[in-house]
Amino acid sequence: MPKKLYNDPSPLETRILSKRFGLDNSETLATYLANDGFKAFRKAREMKPEEIIEEVKTSALRGRGGAGFPTGLKWSFVPRSSPKPKYIVINADESEPGTCKDRLLMEYDPHQMIEGILIAGLALDAHKGYLYIRGEYRYLIDHMDRAIAEAYAQGYLGKNILGTGFDFDLYTHSGAGAYECGEETALLDSLEGKRGIPRMKPPFPAVAGAWASPTLLNNVETFSAIPAIIRDGGAAFAALGTPKNGGTRLLCVSGHVNKPGVYEVPLGYPMLKFIEEIAGGIPGGKKLKAVIPGGSSCPILKANECDIPMDYDSLAKIGSMLGSGGMVVMDETTDMVKVALRIMRFYAHESCGWCIPCREGTTWLRKILQRFDDGGGRSEDVGLLGELSKNMLGRTFCALGDAAAMPTISIVEKFAEDFEKRLARDRQMVAV
Amino acid sequence: MAELVNLTINGQAIQAEKGALLIEVARQNGIEIPAFCYYEGLTLQAACRMCLVEVEKTPKLQVGCTLPVADGMVVHTESEIVRKARKGTLEFLLTNHPLDCPVCDKGGECELQDMVFRYGAGESRFAERKHHVDEQQWSPVVYFDAPRCILCYRCVRVCNEGMGVGALGVANRGVISEIVPNRHDYLECDECGACIDICPVGALTSGSYRYQTRPWEMTHVGTICTHCGDGCRTTLGVRDDKIVRGNNRDHSGINGEFLCIKGRYAFDFVEHPERLQSPMLRNAQGEFEPISWSKAFATIAGQFEIVKDRGGKFGIIGSNHTTNEENYFLQKFARQGLGTKNIDHHRTGDLATFFDALSGKNGALATTADLYTAKAVLVVGADLAQQHPFLSYQARANFRHHAAHIYTVTSGPVREDNQAVASVRVAKGGELGGVESLREKLKVEGDLVIVFGDSIQGDGVRKLVAFGDSLGIPVKYVCLVDYSNSRGAFDMSLIPRDGGMSWQQMLAAKDLDVLWVVGANPLKNATLASSNAFVVVQDLFMTETAKRANLVLPAASAYEKNGTVTNVCGEVQKLKQAVKVMGTKTDLEIMGSIAKEMNLNLGIWLPDKVFAEIRRTVHGYDVPLPVVDTGGAAPTVPLNGRVPALPGAIQSAGDTLFTSGSMSRYSKILNAVIESPGGLYGSKGPEVSAQSPTASGQTPGGTVQS
Repeated sequence: MPKKLYNDPSPLETRILSKRFGLDNSETLATYLANDGFKAFRKAREMKPEEIIEEVKTSALRGRGGAGFPTGLKWSFVPRSSPKPKYIVINADESEPGTCKDRLLMEYDPHQMIEGILIAGLALDAHKGYLYIRGEYRYLIDHMDRAIAEAYAQGYLGKNILGTGFDFDLYTHSGAGAYECGEETALLDSLEGKRGIPRMKPPFPAVAGAWASPTLLNNVETFSAIPAIIRDGGAAFAALGTPKNGGTRLLCVSGHVNKPGVYEVPLGYPMLKFIEEIAGGIPGGKKLKAVIPGGSSCPILKANECDIPMDYDSLAKIGSMLGSGGMVVMDETTDMVKVALRIMRFYAHESCGWCIPCREGTTWLRKILQRFDDGGGRSEDVGLLGELSKNMLGRTFCALGDAAAMPTISIVEKFAEDFEKRLARDRQMVAV
Repeated sequence: MAELVNLTINGQAIQAEKGALLIEVARQNGIEIPAFCYYEGLTLQAACRMCLVEVEKTPKLQVGCTLPVADGMVVHTESEIVRKARKGTLEFLLTNHPLDCPVCDKGGECELQDMVFRYGAGESRFAERKHHVDEQQWSPVVYFDAPRCILCYRCVRVCNEGMGVGALGVANRGVISEIVPNRHDYLECDECGACIDICPVGALTSGSYRYQTRPWEMTHVGTICTHCGDGCRTTLGVRDDKIVRGNNRDHSGINGEFLCIKGRYAFDFVEHPERLQSPMLRNAQGEFEPISWSKAFATIAGQFEIVKDRGGKFGIIGSNHTTNEENYFLQKFARQGLGTKNIDHHRTGDLATFFDALSGKNGALATTADLYTAKAVLVVGADLAQQHPFLSYQARANFRHHAAHIYTVTSGPVREDNQAVASVRVAKGGELGGVESLREKLKVEGDLVIVFGDSIQGDGVRKLVAFGDSLGIPVKYVCLVDYSNSRGAFDMSLIPRDGGMSWQQMLAAKDLDVLWVVGANPLKNATLASSNAFVVVQDLFMTETAKRANLVLPAASAYEKNGTVTNVCGEVQKLKQAVKVMGTKTDLEIMGSIAKEMNLNLGIWLPDKVFAEIRRTVHGYDVPLPVVDTGGAAPTVPLNGRVPALPGAIQSAGDTLFTSGSMSRYSKILNAVIESPGGLYGSKGPEVSAQSPTASGQTPGGTVQS
């Protein structure tokens, strides 16, 4: 029953998904029901499945896990008429460095997500859902089990929900410490009890996912947005954002800012204004040097590239991504060599090992960066880093290889002077 | 009718079946797309990324091993961007791969070497420390060197899918991923060595072959394995007159690349120090004395003539692993030369009743290929994985690739249960009841192959064939027999027809004058009643029977001679001599020399000449010579008429995956293997009929049946 939140809310936020954060006992069903809870489900029960999907399409909601795929379109790929059972899988494997929003949605407003899952079940004739939570969120698995038990006890899950004749069972499933299991097909393999290795696509999960059956897989935040969309209409949600980038999203900001935390803003909110006015600006009045806009997998932005609206398309236009919303702000004191090393250590550790370029490439890059940071850098290393990353880009089995390559290429190209400075310094130290 | 599409690869216009894999279409048209993890017959992976090619109108490079061809596709496999991608991928692979070529067994036949030569860089840019793990030995046969492993997962797949064992897995993740054995640090498996042969690099190497030679120092001889009756091709690598390895990497033969531990490794009996290398005569003191060949032949001829002149009783026991030519010559010697009908061999399956029951039917005999293509396979009273591992492999591959329906009716668990639609457990002797219970399921199958062991005998065979007839679908049969040429022994008439004595009767006859044993060990579990019999034994080792002999002749093994053998499905194939062991002669030469000594005209005793006579006179053996001569397998058909019943009991040898009659006692590798065969799927031993003890086999566990 936490009243104290991880960060104070900002008056500049537009709180749709996070509107119950901070309420007494916000995680309970009672609080949820007293604050518009399950109105959307009742409304959806009266709608035709195609109408539900159409409403989600109208909302221009895009996947909040990282890829930003149009959600309504993804829902429409699942063949509702298939004789196989349809499954809903919720990706709560939040492991993208910089991202910490799904944990808050589950901690402060679990029933909003549950309602979103049920509405998806209505739309796709699915009656089983699996909530895949990363193993490191041990406390949240217990927390979600309690919330789910509460829902069952009061008739909001299980058989004949609210007397509507709709059945739905929701289960939690623990991950075991693998970033790759946030990749949808690796997650499915892990859910099925196998090693978390990604699968070949096609077949796509919508057609053959969990146990070779049609499966809808979406992020926690994506499902959490559904009740508001159905309750207030897709058009209203879309209008909050920019064209084709509808609604609001939770942005996590960390690094050199005075007020790190999670804030909900409409899609298209200006990045510099966000850093200055919501995140409280950079401490000590230091200058902005670089920003990771949406999780470490995104190409990094230089300070003079940050005067942009934050939506999927605008960031894609300048060669980066809105991604998972995990923003990291770096000031002028930041050593970009260390940033590159820290990022690559993560990917080398998390590489599943299935394909050659990622398995060997991430480790090689990490070793070069480690040697460079330790003072053993050579001038050819800078070019080598870029070239090896490009040998990984687009050649790997899944996107983890790209996720490792893109930030590295951007850091080496945009911040080459950091590397040059280190080379000069290290040579001075060695020269006798 | 398959739909055809038109595509272009490297400017070449190609027509292919719609949906075929690009890598296969390219290969069929002579265009090489390199790949490590792609392997025909195993599940697709797209893990190694070597097969990335350029396909016009797609932004990223495409995976050649999983991409189905489509109409209008334009592919470039040698463009600059593709070459760069291959070079980059190989460079990544070599970062942790140790520069072991000088000491690695695989050097000279290594796919990584070949690829780096063709597509890789001349120099390495890797200046960091490599990840090292020490080498491990997982079994007498399998050594694993983790740093060399390129994680193509072929070994994991061939063990799991191909062999149905699944003894290899992957542990850890990322760059420290490692192939691991199923018992923590050792393997409990079939020890077949498939993982070693399928490994593209030297990560998995053979314990018996290590450090012995370089591949270009060997000559390779493709011959037929001398152990079980499946007739697999084993390509023996011979260096300086010594067999150093066996495998079937060139995929010749009916078995593709399949081989079991016996086919791959159990050739080492050939040079066991206890090989007989001189004829020996029991002297007045009762001890064996080495004598010359001419004296041996003279002695034997002399004895034979004496017995023949006075109308004495001969008993001839032939072998189920000598060649067709030797069997044919022996029975001719017996019938024409000595005027006796007492000729037999250790019969391990009721072929007489089988062919009698099938008389009048055409196309009722299944070949090993039929096991791979049939819609349904029924296994009755046999543990194929133990005694006919290639047939087991075919059935399993049929299930994997064609979703064939497998049925098992056995008294204990068998490996095929894992793929079976229905498994019926029966008490030994109750197999026919179990088969009947499957009638409703079987009669709706497209076609069926029935494989049965020696628990179906005599009338049981007739009932089984009648059952097959009553299903109303096409049915083919395999009557299982053991050892490399049991079928040949029967076809060449090493059988007591027309009132001759069975081998059991010969041993029991107190008035037997001569017992001539060629490549058999009947006195292993039985005694010879006639104390005055003159016993001549031709064999490789001093077996129990040889110990009782008056005269022992050192014979050549199957790997030391030419000739033909007929496998359990009736396919005849050629042996090819790999080595020669000093002091031995082939059985054919021995018999021919004795005949010459006796002035008998039985024809020239050269294998080719005898085979020519077999083709002329033995029904079903008029096989096309080019097929056999070029290393093919030619199906034979039995006499299409009534076959009278034969006396004498029939019993399977009861061998396991790690035993092979008396010969296997002399194979170091078979003795070194510690696993219990079949233990992985709960089998307590092979399915053997409840009859009198085996003549040359042992029960698993080493105890001899009394």
